[in-house]
Amino acid sequence: MVVAERKPIQEIMAMVAEYNKILLVGCKGCVTVCCAGGTKEVGILASALRIARKKEGKPLEIVERTLERQCDPEYIEQASDVIEKDGVEAILSMACSVGPQYMAKRYNIPVYPALNTTFIGGALEHGVWAEFCQACGNCIIHYFGGICPVSRCSKSLFNGPCGGSAKGKCEISPEVDCAWQLIYDRMKDLGKLDELAKVFPVKDWSTSRDGGPRKVVREDMKL
Amino acid sequence: MKSGSRLEKILAAGHFAVTGELGPPRGADVEVIKKKAEHLRGVVDSINVTDNQTSVVRMCSMAVCKILIDLGLEPNLQMTCRDRNRIAIQSDLLGSYALGIRNVLCLSGDHNKFGDHPQAKNVFDVDSMQLIQIVKKMRDEGKLLNGQECEGKASFFIGAAVNPFGDPFDFRPIRLAKKIAAGVDFVQTQCIYNMEKFREYMKRVVDMGLAEKCYILAGITPLKSLGMARYMAKSVPGLDVPDYYLKRLQGVPKDKQAEEGIKMAVEQVQEIREIPGVAGIHLMAIEWEHRAKEIIEAAGLLPRPEVN
Ligand code: SF4
Ligand code: SF4
Repeated sequence: MVVAERKPIQEIMAMVAEYNKILLVGCKGCVTVCCAGGTKEVGILASALRIARKKEGKPLEIVERTLERQCDPEYIEQASDVIEKDGVEAILSMACSVGPQYMAKRYNIPVYPALNTTFIGGALEHGVWAEFCQACGNCIIHYFGGICPVSRCSKSLFNGPCGGSAKGKCEISPEVDCAWQLIYDRMKDLGKLDELAKVFPVKDWSTSRDGGPRKVVREDMKL
Repeated sequence: MKSGSRLEKILAAGHFAVTGELGPPRGADVEVIKKKAEHLRGVVDSINVTDNQTSVVRMCSMAVCKILIDLGLEPNLQMTCRDRNRIAIQSDLLGSYALGIRNVLCLSGDHNKFGDHPQAKNVFDVDSMQLIQIVKKMRDEGKLLNGQECEGKASFFIGAAVNPFGDPFDFRPIRLAKKIAAGVDFVQTQCIYNMEKFREYMKRVVDMGLAEKCYILAGITPLKSLGMARYMAKSVPGLDVPDYYLKRLQGVPKDKQAEEGIKMAVEQVQEIREIPGVAGIHLMAIEWEHRAKEIIEAAGLLPRPEVN
């Protein structure tokens, strides 16, 4: 899933400083799973903002909503009732950064991102998420024991650990696992170590962000 | 001869090679380079010029290599994958060759997180293994990575770094084999302190027949003080400094530690010369270029042989 985390409250306060009434809109997708922008987080942020603004003597009216998803026009539409009739001056989106962009495309009022979209990742344990993919557009993890060298090795190396790999940790920090130690161990367990002896050629990054903004077209799905 | 560099000739003639290292200045001062370079004249066969080592911005390796050539010294251009994509790499290689640079050391590079610009966007378009392939293709086929013919071949002597002490240890000889398959002619190792582990590594490398396919130069870095030894032991990832050295320096008064460090380096060189498969040493006397001569001399490696 897309992992995100909330921006610091001061930053959000500054974003909405000039408004009296806003829509705070969450998303039931990835950001609910990573506890950054679901119904619960919308409620918490709304209370925090209300209290802070009350203290400042400039109360903020907040309409709370959580959409099914903010990365689909169909669900974005569901906010039209509040936005068009309720005198909402700005939108504060708690979706991943696709959400605010979709909201901005549909509604002609200012939109602010309340979250920082961090990476494509997974939960390691409750409350801990880590990066697993950089969406390179051409997945090759099967050559590496199911571990992604692009995103999980700090230098995106394809041909084995750099000289900094020590005791299973990456040279950048003892907090980070060395992806190549993981790859090595896994390939060894699978009895496939000899596959790592091959020289892996340069990668074609044109399917990645390096080929410009990407698009997926599924003719079979088009209406 | 692949490149005709002095380093290649020395190694091909079967001499025990000695390479040195020069860290470019954090600024545009040519005098700094000249001063450091003079300390290495006649002492080493070829001088590595580091490429923004530890991700700290310094004068570029290519420019410093050219200055060394003008001074009549032979450089070894270090090229990292951290700061350049394949376009910049190939362009820099062609330019370097045109300037008379004949040795290239292919490296991934330290992660930018450590340097003076941790906010930088890093590149890592290719890795060091792939960089070796790029240089080899240029040299042996006269072609760029995309298959296009070059106007004029860039005939480099291709080097790389290896770390016998990085983990997983069992993979290290395999990684060297990969570098050889990719096209490397010589490698320089990470600084060696744990002699026992290095012997074990070299034994495996020799048994795999790798020492015949590529020249292996053993890395030596003199420890200047107990403080430096502690730092190297603790904070440099992938470096193995046994307690023995720390204890030995601890037993020496502060003002005598440098001398002791030099003595230890000389002993290391002597030990390394006895290890089968080692073709030379790479002396990384970090900011201690002026003391390189003492070490090389005491190790009995002067004068350097003549080749032409
Ligand atoms: S190889 Fe590419 S698509 Fe597959 S996990 Fe890694 S970054 Fe993602
Ligand atoms: S230590 Fe491991 S994960 Fe870190 S950059 Fe080196 S190979 Fe990649």
